[in-house]
Amino acid sequence: MTVFIIRRLMQSAIVVFVMSFLVFGGVNIVGDPVEMMVSDEADQEERERVIKSMGLDKPWYIQYGKFVTNALQGDLGNSFVYGEPALQIIVQRMPATFELAFVSLLMSIIIGIPFGVWAGLFPERFSSKLIMSGSIVGFSLPTFWVGLMMIMVFAVMLGWLPSTGRGDTVIVFGMELSFFTPDGLSHIFLPALNLALFNTSLVIRLTRAGVREAIHMDYIKFARAKGLSYRRVIMVHLMKNIMIPVVTVLGLEFGGLIAFSVVTETVFAWPGMGKLIIESIQNLDRPIIVAYLMIIVLVFVVINLVVDILYSILDPRVRLQDVSS
Amino acid sequence: MSVKDTSPTLEVRNLQTHFFTKAGDAKAVDGVSFSVGKGEIMGLVGESGSGKSVTGFSIIGLVDPPGNVVGGEVLYNGKNLVGLPDEQMRQLRGNRIAMIFQDPMMTLNPVLRVDTQMVETILAHDPSVSKQDALARSRDALGRVGIPAPDERLRSYPHQFSGGMRQRVAIAIALLNKPDLIIADEPTTALDVTIQGQILYEAQKLCRETGTSMIWITHDLAVVAGLADSICVMYGGRVVEQGLINDVLDHPVHPYTRGLLGSVPGANSRGTRLYQIPGMAPSLLNLPQGCAFQARCPRADEACLVEPQITEPIAGRGVRCCHPHLNAEEEIGA
Amino acid sequence: MSENIQNPTPIEAPEEFVVTLQTPFQRFCLDFFESRVASAAFVVLVGILFIAICAPLISPQNPYDLSQVSILDAKMAPGSQSFDGWTFYLGTDGAGRDLMSAMFYGLRISLGVGVMSGMIAMCIGAAIGLAAAYFGGRIDAIIMRIVDIQLSFPAILVALILLAVLGKGVDKIIIALVIVQWAYYARTIRASALVERNKEYVEAATCLALSHNRIVFKHLFPNCLPPLIVVVTIQTAHAISLEATLSFLGVGLPISEPSLGLLIANGFDYMLSGYFWISFFPGIALLITIVSINLVGDQLRDVLNPRLDR
Repeated sequence: MTVFIIRRLMQSAIVVFVMSFLVFGGVNIVGDPVEMMVSDEADQEERERVIKSMGLDKPWYIQYGKFVTNALQGDLGNSFVYGEPALQIIVQRMPATFELAFVSLLMSIIIGIPFGVWAGLFPERFSSKLIMSGSIVGFSLPTFWVGLMMIMVFAVMLGWLPSTGRGDTVIVFGMELSFFTPDGLSHIFLPALNLALFNTSLVIRLTRAGVREAIHMDYIKFARAKGLSYRRVIMVHLMKNIMIPVVTVLGLEFGGLIAFSVVTETVFAWPGMGKLIIESIQNLDRPIIVAYLMIIVLVFVVINLVVDILYSILDPRVRLQDVSS
Repeated sequence: MSVKDTSPTLEVRNLQTHFFTKAGDAKAVDGVSFSVGKGEIMGLVGESGSGKSVTGFSIIGLVDPPGNVVGGEVLYNGKNLVGLPDEQMRQLRGNRIAMIFQDPMMTLNPVLRVDTQMVETILAHDPSVSKQDALARSRDALGRVGIPAPDERLRSYPHQFSGGMRQRVAIAIALLNKPDLIIADEPTTALDVTIQGQILYEAQKLCRETGTSMIWITHDLAVVAGLADSICVMYGGRVVEQGLINDVLDHPVHPYTRGLLGSVPGANSRGTRLYQIPGMAPSLLNLPQGCAFQARCPRADEACLVEPQITEPIAGRGVRCCHPHLNAEEEIGA
Repeated sequence: MSENIQNPTPIEAPEEFVVTLQTPFQRFCLDFFESRVASAAFVVLVGILFIAICAPLISPQNPYDLSQVSILDAKMAPGSQSFDGWTFYLGTDGAGRDLMSAMFYGLRISLGVGVMSGMIAMCIGAAIGLAAAYFGGRIDAIIMRIVDIQLSFPAILVALILLAVLGKGVDKIIIALVIVQWAYYARTIRASALVERNKEYVEAATCLALSHNRIVFKHLFPNCLPPLIVVVTIQTAHAISLEATLSFLGVGLPISEPSLGLLIANGFDYMLSGYFWISFFPGIALLITIVSINLVGDQLRDVLNPRLDR
């Protein structure tokens, strides 16, 4: 297990390194930072001075080396727009995005698994066919449009729920969270549901496929032949086997949620990292874009690692293979 | 046709299980009758697709859709199990009637430890048993089927066992609640021949010791020959010949049984071409009219176009044939 | 010895093997249209394609011809009459354009971008995937490593960053969508090509010393097509959705080339004041398009998958 984790950590380090290279290279093509720093009336001399002060006259590998050394010290530059350290701005916005992603993950599990199990157990029923058609629509619906329609129906027409912002927040473990106040909860409901749409469909399909496959397995039949109650066969024997792929995919999809929160946050004016990155792209705020990307890469690497470990905990067969190899 | 006891543990009467598929209705089990006495081991023999496994599942009430038991009776100690409410059926399953499956690699749940899978079997039928007692009983059961270091093995996952060991675990689970009847669905087919021998020996011993009856489903006549008290040969969803094991094997009456016996390689058959029953097993979707075996039978004629009934040409023997081999001198496989 | 050998009985073909003569295509069509839902989706899809291709011919007005559009007609509800006396069946948008016409034109751009990027990505991805499968070894390892890393990042994020770098425009978004999608195709075709590569006919072709190109494109590729076709449909739907999302976020298409996504984004501003239709109808059009493509893709997967006994 330890060997496995160390090996994975080394792989992760390589991925982060490669991505830092790509991010640095890619983002350096975005806009001309000099244009942002100097006024329009500035003469050539002024420009040269700025270029020199930013180190842009040096060859690329020196610039990259500087970027990496600074990044390792947690310095990803100051935002052009806010004038504060980019990393700090991102970290401030992070809890909002993570909270949104987490609540929506929870929603997709709570909605998706029972529906998926139902559709898998009774595939011929009309209700199951309805669930499956619903999941195709859920896959196909563009997230942003559903968000708009939710705002229109629940906020504009019915006036039940607020459509923008986070509402009241409380500080939990040093993070500002909406989840624990009634007002915050009412604010997070629509965006989280919107973000959960795709994953709920995914969970329904995965669970259903898992049930359909497992239900014909001998071990399920054997469990029934042992005289176990229907409830125990489904809840223990079936679910434990299905949960392996579902947890794996959902874990990996957590990164997708953070990425897709860009859309949801824009629609619902949710003040998280996603909204920030869109604004920064429009403002060509390079340090923020770089910081966001590096953080996302880190988040993904961590998620992949956690999912792998989780997977080996869930599936006893994996553990053995790792020990023997 | 019970062998040792006048009141059989299980009596199956005219059992009919059909599968309603898109391609048509398959009569997987069509009017099967037999009985198994207390402590008796019955071999249920047939080719794949003859309906022998479905018969086993019908008894225990585990036929999955699109299949359904459409007729007949399954009398367990005189009580009809067909149409029994789910809960009552559940209480019997794994408790009074247990089942062992064909593929030991697939029967144990891969993500649950062996102790979980054993203890739950006990608790499902008697919630008052304490966890310690259930564990102790599980350990004893593992020991009884010849698993070394049962304490350690209880805490293992199925994938840490070999195929033969897993089948032993499955048998131990089946024995946990001291059932009256075990239905074994080809439990040794997937195992090595040496392991097969051990399992057969254990199974027979355990049945004799505990007085448990057993239905041993197999396609292998050699297995039945050494194990069973009586035999029931199925073809095309119907019983074609049944009787005491030695009687049937020594003097098969139905052409199909004779064909089966003829195709077993024996000591005298070295160097000669093995007999094979011509043709292939019929599809259950479109069985021929009349006798199901007529297309492959050397004795078939017009009479076989009418469905033959079970007759008792010899005492204690049931045969479903228009032209049974009643002359004892006829050579097998001719 | 010889007298012991009986003549093996000729085994007659059982009836289920006797199939009425059909070309594979006929058989495929029969299987495909067996599902009523899929048939309906197919018909809808053909209709959508027709609208997209013939948009200039069937639209009531050319929404981008300023002489035909009057700002006086702006934000009119569905079914209202124009100043000149004809009907806006789906209403008008903020600039007074007939929404239905704008949607027809938008569909044209959305489908165009989706299909175009799908096709290019398929060609690139298929070539790379085939190369990986055929040559194997280190080439395969390197290619699949890149594919794995790319696929571990969500498409929307990669596309967003690419467009931030590239800027707006039809060509730019197609490039971004191709870069996002090629890996799916590469992975799919590699998987099926690996299976096919070990079959006898490829070995036979290798023994005949046919050229790499010939083996890969004449022998391997046609046999990898079924899964590829399925991925093409699903990915095209995905690309259309992605393009709409990116345009909505303001990093996709320029305002001069409004796809359905951009129409929805434009309506966003008016929606809170109750002019819901400007966003609603383009969204419905987008939804119908994507759902019908997905349904057709689902059915294709079922029909083309030999493992699935239906």
